[in-house]
Amino acid sequence: MADLHTPDALLVKNYVDGSEAALATLIKRHESKIYGFIYSKIADRDISNDIFQDTFIKVIKTLKSNSYNEEGKFLPWVMRISHNLIVDHFRKTKKMPMYRETEEFSIFSIMSDDALTIEGKMIVDQVELDLKKLIEELPEDQKEVLVMRMYQDMSFKEISEVTGVSINTALGRMRYALMNLRKIIDKHQIILTN
Amino acid sequence: MGKIYSKKAQASKNLKPKKEVVSFLLNYSKALTVVKIDDKNFEIIAN
Repeated sequence: MADLHTPDALLVKNYVDGSEAALATLIKRHESKIYGFIYSKIADRDISNDIFQDTFIKVIKTLKSNSYNEEGKFLPWVMRISHNLIVDHFRKTKKMPMYRETEEFSIFSIMSDDALTIEGKMIVDQVELDLKKLIEELPEDQKEVLVMRMYQDMSFKEISEVTGVSINTALGRMRYALMNLRKIIDKHQIILTN
Repeated sequence: MGKIYSKKAQASKNLKPKKEVVSFLLNYSKALTVVKIDDKNFEIIAN
């Protein structure tokens, strides 16, 4: 496809001149970078989708009203917009309340260091490693569903689309995967804990 | 509650927005017309 080699600036120009396909190409080209950036800050797929959508609504409005000037590059500009929307999101949800220390109130009464100790970290690493080995023992179809659900954070609907089985089958495989993991753990008396 | 150990392992590398979001954006773009009159922008959404 010729689209693959068309520079962003030209696609932007084509879009402003009325080519809707140029926008589709721009979104396709940058969606995973932009969405990944948003997801890395928000860690929630639904909110990330909302912010992704709001970002491009701004992009579309700006381009359609001819207020975009090709000073910088397209991607950094879009990233900047999504960054501002992320900041707005945190401001709205007040994730960062401010406390002042007074004589009666010590800031350390509400702050704690819940980072793991070195030993705790080693144990968690070990447990994760053991768990991965156990997962490798599962039958292929169950392993696939479990990895997609737990490690790739996919919904059962998405899993069923990707693997080509019904949602109920995917749910069943997940159930059997967990049962089998428990069985292996019981059988070998493995202690997965920290 | 059991502990979840899968959290920090391989975050999916190829994250993508939902198909619905992308198709909404493309349709929104098709429907939107911005008309500039003097220094004001008017947004018109076609049905």
